[in-house]
Amino acid sequence: MNSPAVNSLEVNRLAYAYPDGTQALFGVDLTIRRGERVALLGPNGAGKTTLVMHLNGILTAGHGSVSVAGTPVRKDTLKEIRQRVGLVFQDPDDQLFMPTVRDDVAFGPANSGVSGAELERTVKGALERVGMLEVIDRPPHHLSFGQRRRVAVATVLAMEPEILVLDEPSSNLDPAARRELAEVLRSLDVTVLMVTHDLPYALELCERSLILSDGVIVADGSTRELLADTELLARHRLELPYGFAIPAPAEHG
Amino acid sequence: MGAGHHHQLYLAGDSVVHRLPPQCKLLAVAAFAIVVVATPRERFWAFGLYAVLLAGVAVAARVPLTYVLRRMVVELPFVLFAFLIPVIGLGERTTVLGVSLSVAGLWAGWNILAKATLGVVASILLAATTEPRVILIGAQRLRLPSLLVQIAMFMLRYMDVIMDEMRRMRVARESRGFEARNFRHIPVIARSAGALFIRSYERGERVHLAMLSRGYSGRMPMMDEISGSVGQWATALALPGMALAVLGLSAVQGLSL
Amino acid sequence: MHVPDGFFDAAVSVSAGAVAAAGLAVCLRGARRELDDRTAPMAGLVAAFIFAVQMLNFPVAAGTSGHLLGGALAAILVGPYTGVLCMAVVLLVQCVFFADGGLTALGINITIMGIVTVLVGWGVFRLVARLAKGKGGVTVAAFLAALVSVPSAALVFSALFWVGGTAPIEVSAVAAAMGGVHVLIGIGEGVITALTVGAVLAVRPDLVYGARGLTTPLVLRGAEDATVTVGAEEPVEPVAARGPLRAFLLGGLGLTLVLAGIVSFFASSSPDGLEAVAENHGFLDQATHHVFGSWALADYGDVGGIPVGVAGIIGVGLVLLIAGGVAYAARGRERVRT
Repeated sequence: MNSPAVNSLEVNRLAYAYPDGTQALFGVDLTIRRGERVALLGPNGAGKTTLVMHLNGILTAGHGSVSVAGTPVRKDTLKEIRQRVGLVFQDPDDQLFMPTVRDDVAFGPANSGVSGAELERTVKGALERVGMLEVIDRPPHHLSFGQRRRVAVATVLAMEPEILVLDEPSSNLDPAARRELAEVLRSLDVTVLMVTHDLPYALELCERSLILSDGVIVADGSTRELLADTELLARHRLELPYGFAIPAPAEHG
Repeated sequence: MGAGHHHQLYLAGDSVVHRLPPQCKLLAVAAFAIVVVATPRERFWAFGLYAVLLAGVAVAARVPLTYVLRRMVVELPFVLFAFLIPVIGLGERTTVLGVSLSVAGLWAGWNILAKATLGVVASILLAATTEPRVILIGAQRLRLPSLLVQIAMFMLRYMDVIMDEMRRMRVARESRGFEARNFRHIPVIARSAGALFIRSYERGERVHLAMLSRGYSGRMPMMDEISGSVGQWATALALPGMALAVLGLSAVQGLSL
Repeated sequence: MHVPDGFFDAAVSVSAGAVAAAGLAVCLRGARRELDDRTAPMAGLVAAFIFAVQMLNFPVAAGTSGHLLGGALAAILVGPYTGVLCMAVVLLVQCVFFADGGLTALGINITIMGIVTVLVGWGVFRLVARLAKGKGGVTVAAFLAALVSVPSAALVFSALFWVGGTAPIEVSAVAAAMGGVHVLIGIGEGVITALTVGAVLAVRPDLVYGARGLTTPLVLRGAEDATVTVGAEEPVEPVAARGPLRAFLLGGLGLTLVLAGIVSFFASSSPDGLEAVAENHGFLDQATHHVFGSWALADYGDVGGIPVGVAGIIGVGLVLLIAGGVAYAARGRERVRT
């Protein structure tokens, strides 16, 4: 077995039911090693968002456990966990709630006690990593959607997380913004878990993929192999876009 | 007050007025408004001098006259009202240009017109020279409860987002041939309002989650701590100070008359 | 629609400021109890919603239009404490950032448009909702709450104006504004509030603070088609903090009385303040810009003869009559249904 120190994320037999009784997760198991970029694929309603909410303790497991870099997610570890798991929400407007980009990127580190010149350095460093340093004094509402999504990534990077969790990162992006974000994500040296149903994007960015369907992980393997298995995809309501073919391994490099 | 005005409120610049700490400016404007309101309406020239003081601030801040005038539209209903008072006012009447007007009404109309206008212009100058978020930091410094400041901060941040949503709903309505003309159309508008509320509320919940995810624990880290030097306070308070001096002078003159 | 600087004398402005500050202090604590650390983002978003909704124009009559004030709506949707906070922040932002409403009149604006509309709206809502149960009851209660809240605000405005207004206005002018325009605007506000609450209730009933007591009975399906409906156990009392709310209402009443005392003391020293009678054209009415021309002015001549007090009483009486009638009808209907 892997030792906890090399695993960024471990989820064991995680089950969860909403207060109204609807059960969304039925025993999820997954392990992500440090430095990996993994895609979590699944149709709408598969429980992806519910799973994500467990990763930083917004929801607490009904059964099973979640641990981040060896630290279990519990009430008393929440503060530490939330600093280690960087959650990027689907709508950047939800994430960028402060009046300016600078304030927003500073929000996380300031909450964990960073201040003064060090805070300034952290903020600028995070914005630089996503190539958005020039918008530091702008209000979020003045940015394009793609820019907002990249700033949203920076707000999380500023907390120097162990693992970056992105919820549908490619939604609503035009092709150029989509490519720019992919470049940013590829350049980061953090563990990434990308929750999406955009299969080409998963193929482009992630070596490994998991398929979540009806509250359980039904497949775990190389993205290329999973996406080539049309029957598997069809069984779980996943589809490649029309005309899209898995590039031959040689072409792909 | 319409959508989109939001960003035109602030005119970027680097004047003395722009550089003053927000709490100094807020206090100065409030004090100025109080002095203006406290001035008896008979002292015409005092109001004239107040206007000159504000003009001085506008020149120092390089706020164009056209900008101030455009934003003064907010005041229009009161201007109309001020002109109405003499017509419907009580008491002794006089005839101006063939119209019978109430003397007390003329005084009251003048009173409201002068004081409201000076107050509006002072507020416009404040908003024109101070970024909205900076004004909030100033309010926080002036001990406005931080919860109120935070609520206002979120409101300012999401005002445009919600207004955009509302606009999109209106476009959707109108592109299907709907136009609010009479009472029967109210249900359609109300349904939009209901949907807008649900969206706003759910967004609030998501924002809260986003905050929690980044370590929010009930207290907002205030990023900038702007403190005013003695010199800056003195500069800012010069406006109400001079206004007070004018008020004092006018009182002395009033006594001697 | 917002009172500017110079409209009221200093005594009224300062006293109203004190009332507003005290009211806000109570609501800050109350909202924290209700929403915990969600208060800031939730109230901020709802304030932005109210701000946006105030721009929805609705047709009133004869080609004029009004727009929502939103106090009753806020109270019903998010509760009275948060409602007051939202309204106060909207007014604060409008004043400081948009120069809409005077800085020295902020206390008056918050008292009238924030506190009075929310409290009256919430009070009426609770009263009616208790008589008429169910979703229909909530909708009717919302209508009446909003309907009554607008002329109430107008009434408080005229009361303040009576003690500390600066304009000498013919008494009957108040009648035009009070009796006519505000009841009419109140009806518009009522209809749109009720329908808005109804629309939210249809999709996300859990988000309507005022309807938290509504629980659908659970259905148990038996082996053979027999379905049993389990009556919901005692409906949860919607107002979690009834004690504090009652204290708040009583406190507000007490404060108002004290205020009235102080104010009349000041007012008596400036005779023209007393002589000046409340005037509402343009100020109170929530739809100044639109209503101004056609309604207030047009009607001024017709009501010239009616003394202000009488007209005011007629106006308020009319509202209460309508309100009572609708409440009675709703109650009757609910009875028939059960």
